[in-house]
Formats: sequence, structure tokens, C-alpha cells
Amino acid sequence: MDSVLLQAVIYLTAAVVAVPIASRLGLGSVLGYLIAGVIIGPVIGLVGSETSDLQHFAEFGVVMMLFIVGLELEPQSLWAMRHKLLGLGGLQVVLSVLLIAGGGVLLGLAWQVAIAVGMVFSLSSTAIVLQTLNEKNLMKSEGGASSFSVLLFQDIAVIPMLAIIPLLAMPGLSGEGGEHSGGDVEGGINLVAGLAGWQQTLLTIGAVAFVIIAGHYLSRPVFRYIARSKLPEMFTAVALLLVIGIALLMSMVGLSPALGTFLAGVVLATSEYRHELESDIEPFKGLLLGLFFITVGAGVDFGVLMENLGVVLAVTAGVMAIKALVLFFLAVVFGIKGSDRWLLFLGLAQAGEFGFVLISFCLQSAALPVELSRILLLVVALSMLLTPALFIFFEKIIQPRMVRKQTRESDEITEQGTVVIAGHGRFGQVVNRLLLANGYKTVVLDLHADLVESMRVFEVKSFYGDASRPDLLHAAGLHEADLLVVAIDDQAAALTLIDHARRERPDLHIIARAYDRRNVYQLYQSGTNDIVRETADSALRAGRYALQALGMHPVDAERAATLYVNEELKGIRQLAEVYDPDIPVAQNPRYVKLALEIKARMDTAMLSGKFPVSHEHPEEGWRPPGNTVVKE
Amino acid sequence: MTRVLILTAHPNPGYSRINQRLSAMATSLSGVTVVDLYALYPSFKIDVGLEQQRLKEHDVIVFQFPVYWYSTPALLKEWQDLVLEYGFAYGDGGSYLANKLCLLAITAGGAELAYCADGANRFPIRTLLSPLEQMAGLCQMKFLPPLVLFSSHVAAKDARAEQHVAKYKQVLEALRDDQLDLPKVFEQNLLGMPMIPLLSGKGDTGGQSHG
Repeated sequence: MDSVLLQAVIYLTAAVVAVPIASRLGLGSVLGYLIAGVIIGPVIGLVGSETSDLQHFAEFGVVMMLFIVGLELEPQSLWAMRHKLLGLGGLQVVLSVLLIAGGGVLLGLAWQVAIAVGMVFSLSSTAIVLQTLNEKNLMKSEGGASSFSVLLFQDIAVIPMLAIIPLLAMPGLSGEGGEHSGGDVEGGINLVAGLAGWQQTLLTIGAVAFVIIAGHYLSRPVFRYIARSKLPEMFTAVALLLVIGIALLMSMVGLSPALGTFLAGVVLATSEYRHELESDIEPFKGLLLGLFFITVGAGVDFGVLMENLGVVLAVTAGVMAIKALVLFFLAVVFGIKGSDRWLLFLGLAQAGEFGFVLISFCLQSAALPVELSRILLLVVALSMLLTPALFIFFEKIIQPRMVRKQTRESDEITEQGTVVIAGHGRFGQVVNRLLLANGYKTVVLDLHADLVESMRVFEVKSFYGDASRPDLLHAAGLHEADLLVVAIDDQAAALTLIDHARRERPDLHIIARAYDRRNVYQLYQSGTNDIVRETADSALRAGRYALQALGMHPVDAERAATLYVNEELKGIRQLAEVYDPDIPVAQNPRYVKLALEIKARMDTAMLSGKFPVSHEHPEEGWRPPGNTVVKE
Repeated sequence: MTRVLILTAHPNPGYSRINQRLSAMATSLSGVTVVDLYALYPSFKIDVGLEQQRLKEHDVIVFQFPVYWYSTPALLKEWQDLVLEYGFAYGDGGSYLANKLCLLAITAGGAELAYCADGANRFPIRTLLSPLEQMAGLCQMKFLPPLVLFSSHVAAKDARAEQHVAKYKQVLEALRDDQLDLPKVFEQNLLGMPMIPLLSGKGDTGGQSHG
């Protein structure tokens, strides 16, 4: 127990110290984690032997990341990118394997070993690249989208690779069964072990079908049931259960857990609980992925590295050059231009975490000699360590130069501006309908599962979730949104939400509904742009009707109401300045003084604003021209 | 019976001394519809469909308003802009107002003397009202000579207000009962209609043409 706690303290301290520094220096969190790992591992030797065990655990971060990626991809958009997925991704894998294997043969490796090496290196790091693309907001660019297709294809390609590797076994090598085969077989349960080929296939297809069908039909009632319990931690538990359960199921039938959860994510991408799921999984994903990067850093074997420094550096450079060339060639073929092309071939040139998995599998299957595998492990780790540097090169050198070039070409149509609406009650609904009817994209969040459910019947897209949770707001697209409308009943939650949104997005336009005047002041102080008091407008109309009912002409009543609104808004703005949330308004002398002044001002304005009733002074106010009274 | 529609527009009804009385009198007449545009649309949000429907249902359209800046009050201009659409009031298929009568019943603050080349307002009132006359023309309406009360500020203090109300009543009733001798009206081109030419024989209001 003590040692577990000690390890946790070491890892977390390293992360807490290194990551913020790396981010501040503009190096990105991935490099921060990697450096933290290098420091606590090979440099000061605080951790060591347990890293590979931890790494298998940490690979769950990749599984969760693919789940979240799946959640953000609706089935249609996946279908829309099928050409890129197969063409770009498929060619990348095949060409990389062939070229690297060719290089290996030239260097004197047996062709079987060379192909195994080729497969290990053909894969790029989903974890680093997706994390970095997300952090730098590059996912929606053409280069980002193409990178994603390639990465996705690579993750799929792991499956046939795992099937091919045993065929490459060299007679001279004995299997290194001691090494664990990574995230693929968890807990040792393997349903397909003793089965015939067709039975395996059937079981595999069955498992995939189960994920799709259960995800489609079973998830909603389950989520609704959980949502009604109003226990947020239950939702988190269900989300974790879902991801871990699917990962386990996939491992048991011999599929990649990452791929399985990706599939589940895609199935659930149309669910109204998507944002809630995403924000529940996100923190776990972040931590595990961070842990994963630390273990990569910590796993660098300085002894072996120093002995083979020249070879490792040369192979790393060679592999990255070959992969970059393949990607450059494909980018040209697929018409990817400018900075997007650079992003693609610089970003994916590294080897990735699946490389670790394949290397240990190769050892098990006796497809690689042990000495070579140590060097390969170093090459994979080193190339991953270099990736953030390439991204920095892209960001600092390539992008600025490309900007001018790109603006000359036709602008890519980016996604239409979105509006996040927090709260879909009687107020938010009207706002949402008006926006939708005018063709704007909205993301609606509401805490009431029943409401979300019934909105779905009326074809209104809304999502279940507590909008005042920063992570959910983030999942709903706070960072990309053009506008935030806050229409939730809980005033404290609304203020928390607005404070958070304002901190994250100083430029965001925020419209909020206020409960009363006090709430108006608080909202002003939180930096809300437009504030609408929930009952003020209707009360004003009632007042106008009252004036009319008492005999005032409608146009006079209308003017009186307009005058009242103008004066009152001026007053509220002034009062917001002196309002102090800690002092009741009646005990705040500055507030009272100003309130009385405003009242007096209002009364005068209303009186002088009245249209001249006095016949003695017809020239006051509304005086028609051309009325020069000519004495007759 | 001819259906008469009076559209009144006064942006400041509390200030009105003549138009209120004219409207009150007109409202009491049977067969005459009086619509107060500023009461109906205090926020200037005009219901175009309703307005057009109302126009279709009447044969005589009377615009009653105080002159503002040599023209109509703002809401009445808005009403013209929105209601008298292409395809409804003019243009292709726009003949819904054809052959209806159009009368302006206006009050002007200035004296009649001020409305001439030498006066403060430099133009005769009929010239200043020519945009409205052309509006009626484009809509194929028959533009009657306007009924004008000059020096309306002071009218309330002398007997002219009373006379004007009575004259307005007479004209409205004559229009409603088809008693107005239209050829004579156009021929006389009367402004204030000191003598209202009624058709002979049928008059029950005791018009001049009895004599």
C-alpha cells in the first residue's frame, strides 16, 4: 500500500511540476509528461521496474481517448471520410511497411524480421498526435482531419498485423513468453483461444454486433434510469463501466480494446447523453494518457541507449524520414496543400504506442531477436519524444509562412457558428426555437432527463447534463461557440457557469436570464453582455395594458413604457456599480442614495415626457411644423 | 350601401382637439368604420394582411390626420409603404383598390393664407398633398378634393370647429348613401367644400342641390 501511494506521489508530483512548465513554454502537455517521465525514470531513478506494468494500465488512456474521439464522430461523418480512411490510411500503412522493411533487408535483416520491424514502425502515435491536435485546435483543419483518418486506419490495421506476426516467426528464435502482450489481453480471459477459425470469426462479429445494437437500443433507457437517480457519480460509474466493459469484451474476443471503444463511441455519438459521457470520461482519459506518456519517458533505457547511441539515432532519423516521405507523397496524391500537408507529414512521422504492443507480441511470437527489440523500443520512444518538437517546428516556422499563401487560396468553409444554450426550460426553449428556425446550430444542455427525452420527440436536439460543470460546458463546445445563452433556474450555478465561461473565453458573447435585480447586478459584475430579467418584459406589458385599461391611449401607454424601460436600464447599470453582494441593499448607503436619485429622475422624466396636455403650451413636445399661427 | 372606411392617424392623441372630435362623430355614424392606426399599432408593427382585408371590404377610403411636415404622420406613411403592396394596390394583379373613392380629411395648423406662393409655407396645400394624390392615382382610386381645416389650433376656440365637424358628417353620410354628386365635386375641385354638391331628389340631409 505504502509503495503504491509513494509511486502515485512521485508520478503526480512529476506531472504537476513538469506539465504546467512545459505548457507555459509553449511545448504542449505531451512533451511535459514525457520529460517528467525521463526525469523520474532514467535521470534520477525514482521509478524503474514497474513502468512496463504501469504502461499497460496507462494504455487505457488511449482506449478512453478513442472512445471520446468516437463520441465526437457521428456515423455519417465517419462514412463521409471513408475514402480518406481507406486510401490515405491504407496506403500509408502499406507503403511504410514495405519501405521500412526494404531498408531493413538492405541493412542485412532477414526479410521476416524486416517486415515485423516495418509493421512496428508504420504505426504512429494516436495518443500524442490527437492530444496535440486537440490542444492546438487543429482537428478541424484538413491536415488534422487527414491525420485522424490515417491514425484510425492504423488502429484498425493492428488487428491483421497481430494475425500476421506469428507467421513471421523465425525458426532460430525462441518465444519470449515472459513479456506481457500489452493491453490486448487483459486478465488472461480469452474466449477465442481454443476455438476453430470460423467460431472465432463468428464470436468476434457477435461481439461487435452486440456493442452496436446494445449501444443503440439499450443505452438510452439505462442512461435515463441513471439520470433520474440524480446522483452524478452514478453517471460517471456507468460511463466507466461502459468503456471498461467494452474494452474487456473486445480483448476477450481478440480485438483491439481501443477500436472497440471507438466503435461504441461512434454508436453513442447521436445520443443525447453524449456530452455528459464525454465530460465524465475526459478527466480519466487525461490522467491515464498523462501517465502513459510519463511511462514512455521513464521507460527509456539509458544503458542500452548509450551503448547503441549511433544506431538508435540513425534508425530513428531513417524511420521518421521514410514515414515523412510516404506521407508527403500521399499528401501530394490526395491534393492536400500548404500548411495542411506539412502538418500531416511532420505530425505522423513518429512511431507510436502500438509499436510497444507489437514489439512485445513479436517477442512472444519469436518474430524478433531480443537485442533488436531493445533498440526498436528506444527508437519508438525517441521518435515519440521528438514529435512535440516537430509540432513546435510546424507551429512556429511553417504555419506563419503559410498563412499568406493560404489566404490567397479560397477560404475553407469552417463550421457554422454555434450557440450553447444552458437550460432548456420555458425560457431557453423559446430562444432555441428562434435560433434554430433561423438556421443556427445550437447545443442545448439541460438537467432534466425527462425534458431532454421529450424534446427529442419534437426533434429538438438537446443533451442531458449539468451545464454549470466546466467539463460539460467544454464538451458542449464552449471553446468553439460564438454565443452562450444561460437560461438555467439555479442562480448560483448560472453565476459559476458564467464566471467559468468568461475566464475561458474573454471574447465570448454571453446572454443570461436574470431572476431579479440583485441577480442582474451579479450578472453585470460577472461580465454578462446582455441580461434579460425573466419577468420584466411581461410585467412591463401588463403595466402597459393597465395604463390602457385606465383610459390612456395605446400610443401614449407605449411611449410611457418605453421611457420607463430606458430610464430603468440606465438606473440598473448605475446601481450595479455600487451593489455589494455582501451588504443587503437597504443597508448599503451608496446604493440607497443612488436608488433614490434614480427614482426622482425617473419621476421627472415620466412627467416631462408626457405629451403636452396643457393647451397653454402647445409648442412643447410633439409640435407639428407649418403651424405658424397666422392671426386672421 | 357604400361602405366607408376612415383611417385616422394622430401620433399624439392627447394633444388633439379637432381630430378627436371628428373621430368621435364619425364613430357614431352607422355604416362607417373608424380605425385609429396609432391605437392599433403603437409599436409600428402593422398587420398588413388585416389592413388589406379591411381595404377590400370598403368602397370609400378616408385618411384623416393632422398635417406633419407637409405630409402624413409617420405611422400613416409606414402604413402606405407596407399595405399598398405591389400586386395588391398596384402593378401586376394589383387592382384591389381600383375605382374606390379616396378622401383626405386633414387639419393644418397654419392658416389658409400661409399656404400660397407668398405665404410662409410657399405652396398651396393641394400641391403639398400631391404625393398622396398620386398614390391614389397609382392605385386607380378616385381622389376627391381634400377636406381641410386650416388654423386648427385656434379653430377650437371659434365656431369653425363646430362647423367643420358638421360638414365632415355631411360628407361622410353623403358618401355612405351615394348622394355625392361626383362629377360636380370634381368639377368644383373644392377644397373646404363650402357647398357640398349632393345628388338631387334623394337628399335627406338637406343639401344645397335641393334649391
